[in-house]
Amino acid sequence: MKTEVEPKGGPALQSQQPSQLMLERLRRLTSFREFMIMAIVIAGCLAMWITTPIFMTFGNWSALLLQVSIECIVAIGMTILLVAGGFDLSVGSTFAFAGAMTAMTMSSGLPPWAALLVGLAAGAVIGFCNGFIIAKIGINPFVTTLAMMSMVRGMLLVITRGRNISGLPESFRMIGQGNVHGVQNPIWIALLMVLVGDILLRKSRFFRQNYYLGGNERAAMLSGIRIDRLKIFNYSLTGLLAAFAGIIMTARLGAASVTAGTGLELKVISAVIIGGASLKGGEGTILGSFLGSLLMGILVGALTILGVDVYWNTFVIGATLLLAVLIDTFGRSRRKLQ
Amino acid sequence: MSGEHILELRGITKDFPGVRAVNKVDLDLRRGEVHAVVGENGAGKSTLMNILGGVLQPDSGDLFLDSRPIRFVDVADAGRNGIAVVFQELSLVPSLSVAENIYFNRQPTDRIGFVASRKLHKATRQLLSLFKLQVSPARAVAELSMAHRQIIEVLKAISLRPRILILDEPTSSLSATEIDRLFDNISRLKSEGVSFIYISHHLPEIFRIADRVTVLRDGKIAGTFGIGEVDEESLVKRMVGRELTNMYGKRISQIGETYFQVERSGGETKTPLCLALHKGEILGIAGLIGSGRSELAMEIVGITPNRQCNILLNNEQFRFRYPAESIEQGVVYLTENRKELGLYLAMSVQDNCVAPTLRRYTNRLGFISDRQIGSAALDARHRFNIATPSVRKLVGQLSGGNQQKVLLAMWTGARPKVLIVDEPTRGVDVGAKSEIYRMLRDLAASGIGIIMISSELQEVLGMSDRILVMRNHQFVAEFNREEATEEKAILAATGLAERAKKLSGQEL
Repeated sequence: MKTEVEPKGGPALQSQQPSQLMLERLRRLTSFREFMIMAIVIAGCLAMWITTPIFMTFGNWSALLLQVSIECIVAIGMTILLVAGGFDLSVGSTFAFAGAMTAMTMSSGLPPWAALLVGLAAGAVIGFCNGFIIAKIGINPFVTTLAMMSMVRGMLLVITRGRNISGLPESFRMIGQGNVHGVQNPIWIALLMVLVGDILLRKSRFFRQNYYLGGNERAAMLSGIRIDRLKIFNYSLTGLLAAFAGIIMTARLGAASVTAGTGLELKVISAVIIGGASLKGGEGTILGSFLGSLLMGILVGALTILGVDVYWNTFVIGATLLLAVLIDTFGRSRRKLQ
Repeated sequence: MSGEHILELRGITKDFPGVRAVNKVDLDLRRGEVHAVVGENGAGKSTLMNILGGVLQPDSGDLFLDSRPIRFVDVADAGRNGIAVVFQELSLVPSLSVAENIYFNRQPTDRIGFVASRKLHKATRQLLSLFKLQVSPARAVAELSMAHRQIIEVLKAISLRPRILILDEPTSSLSATEIDRLFDNISRLKSEGVSFIYISHHLPEIFRIADRVTVLRDGKIAGTFGIGEVDEESLVKRMVGRELTNMYGKRISQIGETYFQVERSGGETKTPLCLALHKGEILGIAGLIGSGRSELAMEIVGITPNRQCNILLNNEQFRFRYPAESIEQGVVYLTENRKELGLYLAMSVQDNCVAPTLRRYTNRLGFISDRQIGSAALDARHRFNIATPSVRKLVGQLSGGNQQKVLLAMWTGARPKVLIVDEPTRGVDVGAKSEIYRMLRDLAASGIGIIMISSELQEVLGMSDRILVMRNHQFVAEFNREEATEEKAILAATGLAERAKKLSGQEL
């Protein structure tokens, strides 16, 4: 678990020479996945800044981060799932479903805070169902969440009759459209959640159990981790976070769309994997996933500014994912040889 | 037809890290004979068979087939030379049908290259009739009993029309009539000139079917005999006859009162069983692989919970539903399967060391202190003499012995009251072995009762204060340290019960 490697140099190194220690610290710092992505992000931004100064304007970044922030919130849950050796394809549907539930209950007269709770509850219930089926019945995450993805999207179409819901109250829309110090609310919310989530997954005992679960599920069970409960919690949390992101999106647009979040699951999983998580489990951090989302956002933003046909976006996202995984695989086999 | 011997082994040697599994073995196989190979667990039988079957390559020594030197590159190569092996671990694909399994990868095809099902099923039915097996060739192997799977495995080997057939414990799950059919088939094939190498723990079987018998001990040949020249007792003596070295050390603990009891009123096999452990005692559980020792341990700690398995610890009644509960009470189990069930190979030594005890490094807010984990791991590295440059090294990169020490460190860190160790020195070299023995002695000296499950009899005899022998999910004999011998233990474990009764002090 490279996430726990303290850059300050651990007790194991205390006997070494100071210069060696510095080198070792540097080597360890650069071996961070986060470090690598950060370097790529900064290098990319610098290059863009020089070639097209408009890239570094407040307006551009604001738009870029706003897009990234919604994905980031979903990515928090997805990171925890991937660390624990699972994943969830139904987040895109949950995202749209929760937004629509909130919008519909609000239209029928419920106060915004209550409608928000209804949407969140819907997401948590969907997540709980995923977790229960996977942990207790033992159907694999791929099939379970694939089915759930379809079922939830179907339910959404049934209850909305396929129509978008608009005309939402001002107080609700402010969640997504308001700003603090000129920065939109969703960005603040996402940054705060990423920060808290990263600390929790790194440092709290409860969340850290996920690295053991993903590292070796059976050994985790033997080590006294209640793996079924933990899995159910993880999926419920992911459902809750996807719902929250969906509600914020609804507030931002001032309307719930039945096609919202289509393809979101793949975008989020890509970002999480680019950020250092592995589908095999046991690896990944929320900071990494945030940087992964950011990298993808920047890439798409840069392409737009450079005037590349928008149809290339999807291709580039796929290519980036493949490239990230290839680099990681080569790095791994090299490490193994040492 | 040249020469009396179809297969000759000369000076075959095979090393594994830290162990010489097979040491300068000479063996002859005559045409049309059944040649039994016996020996304790770990004597080198399986390694030798893997060499003959082309799974492993010998480090030195020569193989002669029909007096011509030969080397098998892989299993297919051995097969082309007429050698078929039925391994102990079954190699069938459960989701495929009986016919597909038997003719795996060499199904009869029609002109276009499609599988000719009718031909395939007809050939399969013919084979099945050899064992009078009423099973449809189209049935999936997953639906068959273990006994039937074992027969399918034998049929698969027979269908290759081998000149030499190697059988490794072929009867471990067969009933008496099925064994009779197997022996009928062996006799028939023998008369057709097929030669057999037959490995078994069940000595009576060997006297029924074998022409000659070779005893392996510690990777070396301890003698080859015509079946008429020996009896069971002398074979057992040859199998174990060795002086115990002092690597096990001496007991340094005071044995206290009984504080841990297990009472199983009936598990899957409906056999009641009970067990009592004293403070500071090392209780050895001997038995063959598959006798139910690990299963019992897993029931005790709640890995495979059993409602009928009651535990009395310090006069308190428990029934553990999952390991989290048993760990909390200080009853811990060190698995025999450290790679799959025990360790987190892709995680660091320090993360492994604290896996069951994370709570201890957590403050009131639920946050973990990595500094404390680091120093605990350094302490464990020192105490258990784990050879690793850094506690941040991945456990998967350590040697088997050091991995086992990490497992020991991990679980003794949980401050156990009862420690159940399963094959604590499997795949561990001699040096690490004696260190692990010393650690177990130290733990017992601190007042912990240790239950040691082991297939290595010398280990059980060398370490235990008391020995229970398990067979068919039951304890069939109990010995004190003084009265136990390998011979008695083997006799009890292999089911020569009457004789065991005569020799054993008490019967359970």
